[in-house]
Amino acid sequence: MITSLLASAVPMSGLLAALPVAAVNWHSVLFLLFAAVACACAVAVVLADNVVRMAFYLVLSLAATAGLFFLAGAEFVGAMQLMIYVGGTLVLLVFGVMLTAQAPFVAIKTSTGDRVLAGMVGAALLAVLLQAAFRVEPWRRPAMAAVAAPAATPIGMALLGVRVDEPVAGAPPAAVRSGYLLPFEIVSVHLLVVLVGAAYLARAKRRRTPRAIDVAASSVGPVVTAREAARSSASALASGGQR
Amino acid sequence: MNLLTAGLPSTAIPLFAGLLDAPVGVAHYLVVGAILFTSGVVCMALKRNALGVLMGIELVLNGANVNFVAFSSPYLRGEGSASLGLDGQLIALFVILLAAAEAAVALAITLNFYNNHATVDIDQADDLKG
Repeated sequence: MITSLLASAVPMSGLLAALPVAAVNWHSVLFLLFAAVACACAVAVVLADNVVRMAFYLVLSLAATAGLFFLAGAEFVGAMQLMIYVGGTLVLLVFGVMLTAQAPFVAIKTSTGDRVLAGMVGAALLAVLLQAAFRVEPWRRPAMAAVAAPAATPIGMALLGVRVDEPVAGAPPAAVRSGYLLPFEIVSVHLLVVLVGAAYLARAKRRRTPRAIDVAASSVGPVVTAREAARSSASALASGGQR
Repeated sequence: MNLLTAGLPSTAIPLFAGLLDAPVGVAHYLVVGAILFTSGVVCMALKRNALGVLMGIELVLNGANVNFVAFSSPYLRGEGSASLGLDGQLIALFVILLAAAEAAVALAITLNFYNNHATVDIDQADDLKG
């Protein structure tokens, strides 16, 4: 049994040795995977006509972008991306799709001329951005740095107004660098105001078309109201007669 | 091969040739950010559904976030280039928070518009047109 396992394992190791596994940079391979998913799903968001499929492709694109953040060493930003975007904003978007989508409105077509024009504008913008990305020489040849410390604690301290991270080259010394306490407070109040405003805007209003239960109740309703009207008019007559 | 690489700048060819064994640099992240940004702009311009326009805005903000994180990363930066340090990650966090707030308000406006007009087609939203 063991010998047969070994015999089956030896060709596998030979196969692995034949592949240039040791030469492959797995950071690059994972980057390529996440970047391909992010870009393909972003293009699919543009090309899809169904709103629900657009939301699904957007989820995939944002999650793959969180993977790119993890690969770049920004693990706290990646976790926030997963929690806020994929967990919060997309749930909100899908609820919006569910609350607004009716059969004729799910796919609203765009004309072909608009598509061609938007494709040309997009290609021009992409060409400009790619030129800018490849223009600077040090951006293309990274020097592999040593493994950096986790960034969650410096981010938390910076949000409290104290900078404990290493200053980068060319930055002012640590005593002069600003913390982020004031923007943190502004953003927190801003979130509160925005959520109150959103809840006010999207609150449930009185319906224009009566529901079925209201229609059933209104068939009983006029009898009661007629009786009440008769009683009130009778009392008004009586009071008028007395005067 | 010539057709494939004709549209790219000449410096981009070694970048794609050694993609599997060369280390990833800032330029790779900038390419991903550029594609996300362009997709978002085209999505905003092209979609007639208000929710599609919202998704385009999310894509644009996400592409900007990729650039911020790439410039702040300690792993990607080359010799002699400036880095944002921790500031880039903090800016990316603020962008994520403000995008969440913007999505909440825009969805509330969309729901309100849907309640009044029974559609989310933004070509129908011309009540303020003079």
